[in-house]
Amino acid sequence: MSTATPVAPAAAESRTYAAYSRSLLARLLLNREAAVIAALVVVFVYALGNVQYFDGPLTIYNLLKEYAPILLMALPMTLIIVTGEIDLSVASTLGASAAITGVLVVDHDLSVPSAAVVAIVVGALLGALNGFFVAYVGLPSLAVTIGSLALYRGLAEGLIQDKRISGFPGALRTWPTERIGDTQYPNIIIPIIVLAVLFGLLLHFTSFGRSVFEIGLSDEAAHFSGVNVARTKLILFTLSGAVAALAGVYVALKSNSVATDTGAGFELKVIAGVLLGGVSIFGGRGALHGVIAGVLLIAVLNSALQLDGQGSEVIQIIIGLLLVGSVIASNFLPRIRALLPRRAVTPEVTSKTPVNGDHTRKVAQ
Amino acid sequence: MSTSTLAPSQESPATRALHTVLRSRELAIVIVLGLIILLATARRSSFVLSADGWRDTLLAPSILLLLAVGQMVVVVTRNVDLSVGSTLGITAYVTGKIFVANPDISVIVVFLAGLAVGAVIGAINGVLVTLFKVPALVITLGTMYVLRGALTREVGSDRMNAQDYPAHFEKLGTQQVLTIPVLTIIALVVVAAVGYYLHTARGGRELYAIGSDPDAADLYGLPTGRRVLGAFVLCGALAGLAGVFSAARYATAFSGTGSGIELQAVAAVVIGGVAIFGGSGTVWGAAIGAFLLVTINRALPILGISEFWQGAVVGALIIGSIVLDRVLSIRRTHQLVEARDHA
Amino acid sequence: MPDDEECREERTPTLQLRDVAKSFGAVAALRSGTLEVRPGSIHALVGENGAGKSTLVKIVAGVHRRDAGEFRLLGEPVDFGSTAESKAAGVAVIYQEPTLFPDLSVAENIFMGRHPRGRGRRIDRTRMYAESHALFARLGVSIDPRRVANGLSIADQQLIEIAKAISLDAKLLVMDEPTAALSGNEVARLFAVARSLRDEGRALVFISHRFDEVFDLCDTVTVMRDGAYVSTARVAETTEAEIVAKMVGREVAELFPKTPAPLGDVVLEVRGLSSAGEFHDVSFQVRAGEIVGLAGLVGAGRSEIARAVFGVDGYDEGTVTLDGRVVPKGSPRRAIRAGMAFVPEDRRQQGLVIESSVARNVSAVIRGGLARAGLLTARAENRAAGPWAARLQVKTSALDMRAATMSGGNQQKVVIAKWLATGPRLLIIDEPTRGIDVGTKAEVHRLLSDLAGQGLAIVMISSELPEVLGMADRVLVVCEGRITADIARADATPENVMAAATRSTSTATATKEPV
Repeated sequence: MSTATPVAPAAAESRTYAAYSRSLLARLLLNREAAVIAALVVVFVYALGNVQYFDGPLTIYNLLKEYAPILLMALPMTLIIVTGEIDLSVASTLGASAAITGVLVVDHDLSVPSAAVVAIVVGALLGALNGFFVAYVGLPSLAVTIGSLALYRGLAEGLIQDKRISGFPGALRTWPTERIGDTQYPNIIIPIIVLAVLFGLLLHFTSFGRSVFEIGLSDEAAHFSGVNVARTKLILFTLSGAVAALAGVYVALKSNSVATDTGAGFELKVIAGVLLGGVSIFGGRGALHGVIAGVLLIAVLNSALQLDGQGSEVIQIIIGLLLVGSVIASNFLPRIRALLPRRAVTPEVTSKTPVNGDHTRKVAQ
Repeated sequence: MSTSTLAPSQESPATRALHTVLRSRELAIVIVLGLIILLATARRSSFVLSADGWRDTLLAPSILLLLAVGQMVVVVTRNVDLSVGSTLGITAYVTGKIFVANPDISVIVVFLAGLAVGAVIGAINGVLVTLFKVPALVITLGTMYVLRGALTREVGSDRMNAQDYPAHFEKLGTQQVLTIPVLTIIALVVVAAVGYYLHTARGGRELYAIGSDPDAADLYGLPTGRRVLGAFVLCGALAGLAGVFSAARYATAFSGTGSGIELQAVAAVVIGGVAIFGGSGTVWGAAIGAFLLVTINRALPILGISEFWQGAVVGALIIGSIVLDRVLSIRRTHQLVEARDHA
Repeated sequence: MPDDEECREERTPTLQLRDVAKSFGAVAALRSGTLEVRPGSIHALVGENGAGKSTLVKIVAGVHRRDAGEFRLLGEPVDFGSTAESKAAGVAVIYQEPTLFPDLSVAENIFMGRHPRGRGRRIDRTRMYAESHALFARLGVSIDPRRVANGLSIADQQLIEIAKAISLDAKLLVMDEPTAALSGNEVARLFAVARSLRDEGRALVFISHRFDEVFDLCDTVTVMRDGAYVSTARVAETTEAEIVAKMVGREVAELFPKTPAPLGDVVLEVRGLSSAGEFHDVSFQVRAGEIVGLAGLVGAGRSEIARAVFGVDGYDEGTVTLDGRVVPKGSPRRAIRAGMAFVPEDRRQQGLVIESSVARNVSAVIRGGLARAGLLTARAENRAAGPWAARLQVKTSALDMRAATMSGGNQQKVVIAKWLATGPRLLIIDEPTRGIDVGTKAEVHRLLSDLAGQGLAIVMISSELPEVLGMADRVLVVCEGRITADIARADATPENVMAAATRSTSTATATKEPV
């Protein structure tokens, strides 16, 4: 279609551009994700040296076993928050899925894999329902998912009522929590790693992922460039439902029992982990490895404090403070930086004199 | 000329008022509420017609009523306060502490203390939100955690029990004046006062303006920071008062008191027709929404729906309300544009 | 002109600005703003888009704080940190774009924060509505003060802004293009009100692109160019040509270097397009190599038509055909695949993902094709974006710079690069040079002309009459959602275009020319 390209870029175009304004090292180290990872390492090393039993053989195993559902749900949640939406209903979807698995396996003698498939399909549908209301009816996701938080939890309650389902049969029940060989890692981290890689590629290395960021930065501009905003959101909410349902199956098997409040309150831990990991609540900014580090940071803190004899309320306080602190830092620091002399004008200034610039500013004040 | 059809309507004030009421979103919830009460009463007359039933119908919503009013004021400014459940838990516990230390203290002082503690918490939220310009959802999610954790750390597995609260305070929890529970009267006075303020005071109208378009409010020169801070202080204070109510009504407080009720408060507001992104809605709507939520929970078992499906019904109600609001708003915009079009 | 001019000259100027400067990041929006407005005078402030007028207005209004320069009100040095402060000091501003509270009533939009109050500090709604009526009566329009602002036309919104500003009883009234969306009658009433305010001894600043309005209403005119003061003169002692020369700083002709191109086949055909509340029965064709200008008032429906054609918005009736194939409605993706490109009016919100990098913006539409085995890398995006940025001479230090840090002209080049990279058959470009410096403006015009010469069909929407007349092969005039005239380049004059743009609907349908 040569006629369709009236102005092809001339091959001999004189001007070329540097791909990046900062050095590779600066790009790798001076960002939010690196800070979270550093914090994770520091806390981990500190705990190894100072918390009794933290270096024990069960620490990492227990930590991963407990936080596996949070890690799972944080993956699609990252993408949803990057688009500027939110899904508060994930823990209720988890509860509904655990209830479905329990009822099908224990009451109806279905095999675990078939029950899991049913549960995940139902979870995807529940997610798609959220997505439909948000993307096609145009309702705010905050309000919709507060509603479905109640609705899906209600489904779980209605399904199991006052009984407590327990006694899952079969070897498959224990598989997720069995260790891989002699390592400290439970089997569940295999699907987690696979999904993390897939979601990482989806968000950072596909055209779809670019749309996700664009929608978060400006859904109007995305729409004007031909991005199907509604369909993208529908897909993300559907994925969120499916993954939450997978986490629900895992939780049912792990604890070998399901109650009406299974997973209640997990949504806040998931969101806390995602935001701690550097994803902006306004959308458009964040990276999956930061989120994983954020969730693990909470998990490590939790386990270290527990081993130190602290109650679960301390971790609650710390999560809360981290959440407030991180959003203030990520929102406030750039504004302070914006007040500093304009580094962005030319690359020379950026690379050579930032320290100088800061200094001048301080003197001027 | 394009504006000619936008001429002022020629209705009389009375007709206009009637039209406003008939078309109002609040009326829709009142009808639903009335239907539910009617149906439940038809099934079991004691639901409303017995002395206990009557009292419970009025008393049960009083706590959520306070929370919904406070939440509404915050939501109308395009913010949200998720920390109200933790605030409620703290003041319920503090109330017990005060009585344990000083059993003869006046009930009025305890109420004021609850209001004050709540107001301080609200002020912290408000300052964080307005000073750092960070989203209220995240800030109050954080303070919800911190406050709940602090309460749990203080209380531990301990709990305040009936013997910790003086009898006259507990009695207040169920006391009635002319068959109307005292707590409900206080809550209704709060609803009326806040509603009056929002409707008739400049400050109240500014809250709507801020929620309707925060940037326009700044451009207009409205004191947005101060108003939003005020909304959070009021919301916190009412949550604090709700904590005292909770202590009086249930004569107990423990580390989990009020946890999860913040979502009910937001739900009541949404059901009551307050836009979650601010700018429109009324306190009356939020109050009726709270009544409806609590009454549905009581009525469902009577209507033959297992109590285990209550959560699902409430969830469906919330989603149904926002879908309804969306449909109504699209229709209204369409009508306004049509009116302009056929000039 | 009043004859006590001498006395007036003695009095303290209401507003004095001297060498006021303001920068946003890398962009110096205002380098040296100087303006002196006396009481009892209507002072015109003219200059091209991007000359710094709006920034100057926002400094006076307290929206922005100046970086440097002198700012006095009634002789006193002032430094407004907020719009509340400027309001309290007696400054009222009508902004270019109306900013109303959509959920609130018209009357509340006028009186927010200063509602009339009755007993017990209660808002007196009856009085508020009565006062709103009185304001609208003075402006000669009738808008129901009780209705909500949501759904009002731009003209009505602008009238509410005007009513609001008048009701402030200000010493200084600044009007930033208040007439852009108004019809002839409405403009006349506004001018009558402005003159009566002047006769009361107030100072008015009037910004407009229409010289007839400047000469009709104002007594003094200050010209700005590229963020700096150029000159001040009495309107009676200057001419339009003089002002234009100062605004542009060179001959006008060289700004619009449209070279005639041979016309090819029909590329775009729009037939009977209607959308309730936006536009009605719009039909036109665009040929390869042709630039069709869409002229009309702000809010007449030009952008809405463009948006519907491109599929950003849906429409109720009609068809859009590109190269003989019907383009499905409501899908920009399909429109792009069919060969359309759309540079929208609002660059920061719609044209660009402003917080995203140059590379990602330029490759935004074509990136699907850059992926290998479904995977897309930054490297591939940079490779694709670099040559296009170079082709359009985008000035940036690196491809990962955020678009937000660039000047308006460079941002516009990024948007155009993004679309040219798709190899379009039709380019719809809405306000191609809004907020762009003069140099880049000429570049954009030359580019459009070149593109047409290479066989691209172009639809250009512009509120700048000289731009339309200079660039378009054919001018379609839109008025109240209908095409009211189709004028060939040779016949187009400012007069006949403006006449068609402000024609009332009834006569418009009668005289509509077939296309």
